[in-house]
Amino acid sequence: MRLRFLIPVATFAGIAVVMWYALFNLNPTEIPTELVSKPAPEFSLEPVPGYGTGLAKEDLATGKVVLLNVFASWCVACMAEHPFFMELKAQNTVDIYGLNYKDTPEAAAKWLERHGNPYKSTGMDLKGRVGIDFGVYGVPETFVISADGKILDKIIGPVSRAMFETRVRPFLNEVGS
Amino acid sequence: MKVLARPLILAALLVPFIVLSSSAIFIEENLKDPALESRVRAISAEIRCLVCQNQSILDSNADLAKDLRLIVRERVALGDTDQEVRRYLVDRYGDWVLLDPPFKLTTVLLWLGPVMIFIFGAIAMVIFLRGRSHASKEDVVVKLSTEEEMEINRILDSDSRG
Repeated sequence: MRLRFLIPVATFAGIAVVMWYALFNLNPTEIPTELVSKPAPEFSLEPVPGYGTGLAKEDLATGKVVLLNVFASWCVACMAEHPFFMELKAQNTVDIYGLNYKDTPEAAAKWLERHGNPYKSTGMDLKGRVGIDFGVYGVPETFVISADGKILDKIIGPVSRAMFETRVRPFLNEVGS
Repeated sequence: MKVLARPLILAALLVPFIVLSSSAIFIEENLKDPALESRVRAISAEIRCLVCQNQSILDSNADLAKDLRLIVRERVALGDTDQEVRRYLVDRYGDWVLLDPPFKLTTVLLWLGPVMIFIFGAIAMVIFLRGRSHASKEDVVVKLSTEEEMEINRILDSDSRG
């Protein structure tokens, strides 16, 4: 019992470790998707004029893993991930579908014209209702969709190369093998 | 006449402010039935605005909060119960969307954690205090050995002689 004096020290150390971890590794503004392993919600949208043939729930069940990217012309963070998506398209790594969130057709079309179109097809969610069905609460968000159209994961905020490698690549490899 | 007119004009000017402050926080289309509208308010007050963290969608002017208020109004107008409206939002955004988290297996620690910490602390305190009172009793009981007694007597003796 000579080490009894260590009890408060150990208690404090324990609390400090938990808080240290939470401070640097947990993000309270990130709400993981509720829809994991559930099928994508029902929806059917018109395309951004000139960019694809529209987007519906059925379009996402393609027989391979695809991405559904929620974007908008007014979204500054979307510009950060855009060049990377263009690269993915050029390398034919994965098909990306674009859900244009609370935008106007003209602004969206202009934005895609200026920055390039990484999307296989697009859909315009003018009122943001489809976004809500998907549990979107900010733009950009990117859903990983399975071969049979189920939601595998959601990336909140711009997709970086590192994030893609750790959170999307494993799904792509799984199907390939 | 002039003297009387002035306060009247002033009162007339103030009327809109009085009306505004007692009506909705945000000006948007309310449900016609006041009973339904008050249910909408009650539900909205318990729904978290996801982009502002600790505000309800009733208090927030964020775009998403507006959209969610609209959805709550729609569901209530369609005849959903309060529970069904909450279910609708939880299906899309998870339990996080409720400001009052439900009691279930994954939230047991959240609800019972503070109680457990309190009980643990109380037990620790009781053990500590008991241990201390024991120790002080032991102090009283301890007697000097014969050698110590002799040593003390010797010192006292030499003291009184000097």
